[in-house]
Amino acid sequence: MADPGTAAVVVALIIVVALTVYLLTGGADFGGGAVWLVARGPHAAALRELVLKAIGPIWEAHHVWLIVVVVLLFVCFPLVFATLTTALHIPLTLVLIGIVLRGAAFVFRAYGLPRAEFRQRWEVIFAVASLMTPLMLGVTLGAVTSGRIRVDPVTGGVVADYVTTWWQPFPWAVGLLLVGLCMYLAVVYLLHETAEPALREVLRRIGVVVGIDVGLFAWLAAYLAADGAPQLYHGLMHARWSLGFQFVTGGVAVGALVALWQRRYAVARVVVVAQAVCMVGGWAASQFPWLIVPDLTIANSAAPANVLQSVLWVLGGGAVLLGPAFGYLYYLFKWQREQYDGRTREGGRAGAAPPPSRSIL
Amino acid sequence: MPDHLLIARLEMASLLGFHILFAVAGMAMPLLMAIAEHRWIRTNDRVYRDLAERWARGTGILFAVGAVSGTVLSFALGLLWPNFMRHAGPVIGMPFSLEGFAFFLEAIFLGIYLYGWDRLRPRLHWLCGVAVLGSGTLSGIFVVCANAWMNMPAGFRVEAGQFVDIDPWAAMWNPGWLLYSLHMVVAAFVTIGFAVAAIHAWMLLRHPLHPLHQRAYGIALGVALLSGLLQPLTGDWLAKQTAERQPMKLAAMEAQWDTTVRAPLRIGGWPDAARETTCCAIELPGMLSWLAYGERQAVVQGLRELPPEDRPPVVVVHLAFQLMIAMGTLLVLTAVIGLAYRGLRKAWPRAPWFLRLVIGCGVAGFVALEAGWTVTEVGRQPWIIYRIMRTADAVTPVPHLWSSFLLFLVLYALLGVIVLRLLQYHVFRTVDGMPQHGAGLGGAHG
Repeated sequence: MADPGTAAVVVALIIVVALTVYLLTGGADFGGGAVWLVARGPHAAALRELVLKAIGPIWEAHHVWLIVVVVLLFVCFPLVFATLTTALHIPLTLVLIGIVLRGAAFVFRAYGLPRAEFRQRWEVIFAVASLMTPLMLGVTLGAVTSGRIRVDPVTGGVVADYVTTWWQPFPWAVGLLLVGLCMYLAVVYLLHETAEPALREVLRRIGVVVGIDVGLFAWLAAYLAADGAPQLYHGLMHARWSLGFQFVTGGVAVGALVALWQRRYAVARVVVVAQAVCMVGGWAASQFPWLIVPDLTIANSAAPANVLQSVLWVLGGGAVLLGPAFGYLYYLFKWQREQYDGRTREGGRAGAAPPPSRSIL
Repeated sequence: MPDHLLIARLEMASLLGFHILFAVAGMAMPLLMAIAEHRWIRTNDRVYRDLAERWARGTGILFAVGAVSGTVLSFALGLLWPNFMRHAGPVIGMPFSLEGFAFFLEAIFLGIYLYGWDRLRPRLHWLCGVAVLGSGTLSGIFVVCANAWMNMPAGFRVEAGQFVDIDPWAAMWNPGWLLYSLHMVVAAFVTIGFAVAAIHAWMLLRHPLHPLHQRAYGIALGVALLSGLLQPLTGDWLAKQTAERQPMKLAAMEAQWDTTVRAPLRIGGWPDAARETTCCAIELPGMLSWLAYGERQAVVQGLRELPPEDRPPVVVVHLAFQLMIAMGTLLVLTAVIGLAYRGLRKAWPRAPWFLRLVIGCGVAGFVALEAGWTVTEVGRQPWIIYRIMRTADAVTPVPHLWSSFLLFLVLYALLGVIVLRLLQYHVFRTVDGMPQHGAGLGGAHG
């Protein structure tokens, strides 16, 4: 770790991993909002209840991954952070408003006042904000890859206006792709949160439609990338690893659809997660070693080596603390759920979660 | 139309001023709920369990709003002050990284605590509450470390406009970190302690025998009075360090224009920045010299030492400081009376006049908190990093900031109203059919 370049690459890798975890956890929570929004028909109420119940105890812990990404960016790649927050001021502000509204709506709904219309209004806000945040995050990621954000090599200032960098077809295609991916993840997770056959069928149908949409959006993004993000396009199409990568991603995507179709939900979950990981991985690999194409690379924007190394020590120490705590949270609210639900059905004690009569658990 | 820099500063002030309310609640509410749950485990008194659950619900609501408004701030540092973050990010990264972890732990344990009442054994559940308290307080301390660095920067050198020789640990353990974080953490316990005591005092005025409000009042008042008594000590220490390291901030706090020996302590008064005088203050000769340097003859620097463009906005700083001191004095007097009563009669005072005094202190605590924070931040101006980088040089070039400012103002105003209504409904109202008896249900619940 003596070489500062290595430390910077390691931190960049950790940022990609944290982003991936955020997509797989927090992103799926946002996707739950989208599922909430499309729920129709006789099972709509049960499906919406399922979404809110699944997110309840854990969304705040999931949300922290985004903060980890932000902090790592401004500590380890300060110029990248300053450039992003300047050039993408508007979409990032919209992301924030979505985050505030979603979190607030969720907690207000969970701790809502007894009046039903109050809760319904917040549920709608919860769902709409759940769409807006991943959409604008996707737009942000797309703009970062597009090559339109230029940095003055002398002053380090942004050379662009604050709209044309992201008001382009390609970033919006990435935004749509991200919304679809979040929703896809939510559906396959939710399949494990219920044993109700009818509800599972509804979810399966949504899942197949969303899975196909994700494929279409991916093609659309790739098509628009030829013009909208040449660097990414080149990486995805012409790098040494790209053929193998496309083969794997495509195979995984088809596999996910087949697993859903055949009601192999355990397989579907693994494969959809793998598909999401592949897509983030492909994006990251095709962008390496740039952080903001084409002016800022890992090497030319990293903080000094001693700062990076201290951060890596903190991350290592923090992981030792966090791992068991996170594991315990999941053990309690995901793995133990079946036993717990069984007990409550037999008339055991339940519902002391806040607030007793309107509990979301 | 006010200028760009002013809007950026006002936006930052609103975002922080809103978040700070939830941040202090996130530090202090877990203490109250942990005490209540501990009493429940010890005494088996069902009322304590109800109280702990109510306070936990309040903590859940406040924490969620604190988490999202804190996320806004972590982005806002770049959205409003990109040039600051570009240079300072690596220097103050250490406390922010550690804060991320503390906050992560807090979110995990709070999730377990809120949703795990009947899934965990009581003692284990209580320990999770203590973990929320510990990680919440730590995350507060880490954030204040970064803020203290802006006031007393350390751990780097500036060479040709670049920050070099960065030592992130020296920056984190800057000369101000302990002072600022002590003052802030104690302020959190004072403010929230008094606020919660005030609400239950309000309920006791109407239902003097209600067991839940009686117990709640006792716990919250105990926390408020003990920390209230401690606060002047941390404040005095901080003031002495400010005199040493930021003499112009002290001069603005005291509206001291001339450098003199035997400087007076001013109570009240209105500084006139154009004529460089302060009118209508009560002056206690030599007291400021004594408070700042421990000697009545000591020299205290005045604002005239600097050209006007380098001085902090004296009117705002002086008035905010006076407000903080006035409110703080009220809180300390209340603490002295209450603790003396407790010492003599072995019970917290519940006379109506004292309950009303406590209600007043509930408001005063928040005023003191916001005023004190104003002193710290506005007193640092015109520097964003004291004597290193000007706030004007850190601001974003993005135009039309007023639109995001307005957007957040509306959003936060809405959130504020709803949070108050929810707290009122879930935490503080007197539920019909609440057990009006004392102990003895033996933990049977459901």
